[in-house]
Amino acid sequence: MEVRGLRKDYGASTVVAGVDLDIRQGEIFALLGPNGAGKTTTVEILEGHRRRTGGDVRVLGEDPGRAGGAWRARIGIVLQSASDSAELTVAESLRHFARYYPDPRDPEEVVRLVGLEEKRNARVQTLSGGQRRRLDVALGIIGRPELLFLDEPTTGFDPEVRRKFWTLIELLAAEGTTILLTTHYLDEAEALADRVAVLAGGRVVAEGTPATLGGRANAEATVRWTDARGAHERRTPRPTSLVNELSAGGGELGGLTVTRPSLEDTYLDLIGERR
Amino acid sequence: MTALVSRPGTLSIGLARGAFELRQFFRQKETVVFTFSLPVLLMVLLGSVFGDVYPDTGLEASQLFAAGMIGAGIISTSFVSMGIGVALDRENGTLKRLRGTPMPATSYFIGKIVLVAVSSLAQAAIMLTIASLMFGLTVPTSPEKWLTFAWVFALGVTGCAALGVAASSLARSVNGAAAGTNIVFLALQFASGVLVTPITALPDVMVNVSSFFPVKWMCQGLRSVFLPEEAARYEMAGQWELGLTALVLSAWCVAGLLLCRLVFRWTNNRE
Ligand SMILES: Nc1ncnc2c1ncn2[C@@H]1O[C@H](COP(=O)(O)OP(=O)(O)OP(=O)(O)O)[C@@H](O)[C@H]1O
Ligand SMILES: [Mg+2]
Repeated sequence: MEVRGLRKDYGASTVVAGVDLDIRQGEIFALLGPNGAGKTTTVEILEGHRRRTGGDVRVLGEDPGRAGGAWRARIGIVLQSASDSAELTVAESLRHFARYYPDPRDPEEVVRLVGLEEKRNARVQTLSGGQRRRLDVALGIIGRPELLFLDEPTTGFDPEVRRKFWTLIELLAAEGTTILLTTHYLDEAEALADRVAVLAGGRVVAEGTPATLGGRANAEATVRWTDARGAHERRTPRPTSLVNELSAGGGELGGLTVTRPSLEDTYLDLIGERR
Repeated sequence: MTALVSRPGTLSIGLARGAFELRQFFRQKETVVFTFSLPVLLMVLLGSVFGDVYPDTGLEASQLFAAGMIGAGIISTSFVSMGIGVALDRENGTLKRLRGTPMPATSYFIGKIVLVAVSSLAQAAIMLTIASLMFGLTVPTSPEKWLTFAWVFALGVTGCAALGVAASSLARSVNGAAAGTNIVFLALQFASGVLVTPITALPDVMVNVSSFFPVKWMCQGLRSVFLPEEAARYEMAGQWELGLTALVLSAWCVAGLLLCRLVFRWTNNRE
């Protein structure tokens, strides 16, 4: 996927102002950013749901604005919100959608993958918010997509289901699926993504691996410990030397921790700079 | 890899969609009851008020009315239900989800046509049964009459359903679509001599206007099926005008399908 100078205006307001992205095959790419940053807009342009105002976009070798059914058979989409097929059951919906694709996954297997076995015969409208979301994910992967778009897929998941979902995403990635996801959970981006980009005000303000985003790897670390004189905290670019120095006496340091800024700290800094 | 496995056909997906739509529809008990009972209720209530017997033919006003109402019932399950149904699909994200799959747009419409054909036939059957029990409407036995029924039904349902889709695209919301299609339908029902029988009782100007629209021809066609020959004298032209009926209904089919292609939208996004 290749995006160059992507722009989107709604009337007079510019929501996406020149975004460049390259997502390689088989990669998990996370798009981060505050509410209204333009994530959904960007993703929906890449999915072919919205028209762009300017820029060049290639997704699986085609322009999503013009691509047809054969292209759509190769992608999977999980939209930010949906409330359709209310009267059908989970299994019926999956079996039905499977018929659209040349080489679909087995609906029963998909039910298992998203952990909806107990609800397979329940009407969609009776599902809880998180279960409904799992069905959305299931419908997104039923066609065995090469490229999967996930717009805030885990919103409303309980922690256990969220972990199971991560496993599923890793499984899909291991099969070679390229994944573009947006999320507000930074731990999720950190756990899953090969690379992340932070979108703010319609621009990419930082891009990199979760470990190096915004110079995170080289940032000062904070060392905390306690001794007879109380609790200490010191920021240093060279924490290893400091710990060496402190432990020179051979005594055990109470409550010793060395922390780098979390992805969340880095993210908040990046967003803060924009404001 | 994808080139090796062929994509499923438009028709087979369309029929699968038809089954999906039917399930979805018949599981919504409230909608089903509402859809079918409204025209029936109107027919039963108004039909019981029209007690006159026409002295020249011995036909009852209620029979004339009931025959026309069957047409109106079919139009309500095609035009009105389609207008609301597609607007709902747009509002609840059904269309957006489908847009993101390889399903061809034509398959979506095939599914809708299956739904409308089945529900309209059911509507016609229910109304005909009640009309024959309550108002002594005779169920025709000649194949000729049923042939007329078949083409009036097919042309009428197709045209009205296409117009319903077009109407849904003009509306901004489900409520707008519901109000809009119902108002148009009610006005045409009145002006086409469905609610007032016989149609000759209406001012000429009004009928001249309503003659441009399918409601009048649909109902006239069905009166020709369910009423005896001599009832033709209560039509504006004093005859059934089946040729003209076929012409007008076909023209609306074509116009409806063109309009449908022209104004159909997948989403409500204003961009
Ligand atoms: N159809 C539209 N018409 C006009 N403005 C829109 C439209 N869709 C989105 N916007 C505006 O564009 C901006 C970006 O919206 P978008 O949905 O892309 O944000 P997002 O990053 O996905 O936010 P969130 O995290 O809340 O999902 C917002 O200010 C929104 O109000
Ligand atoms: Mg969003």
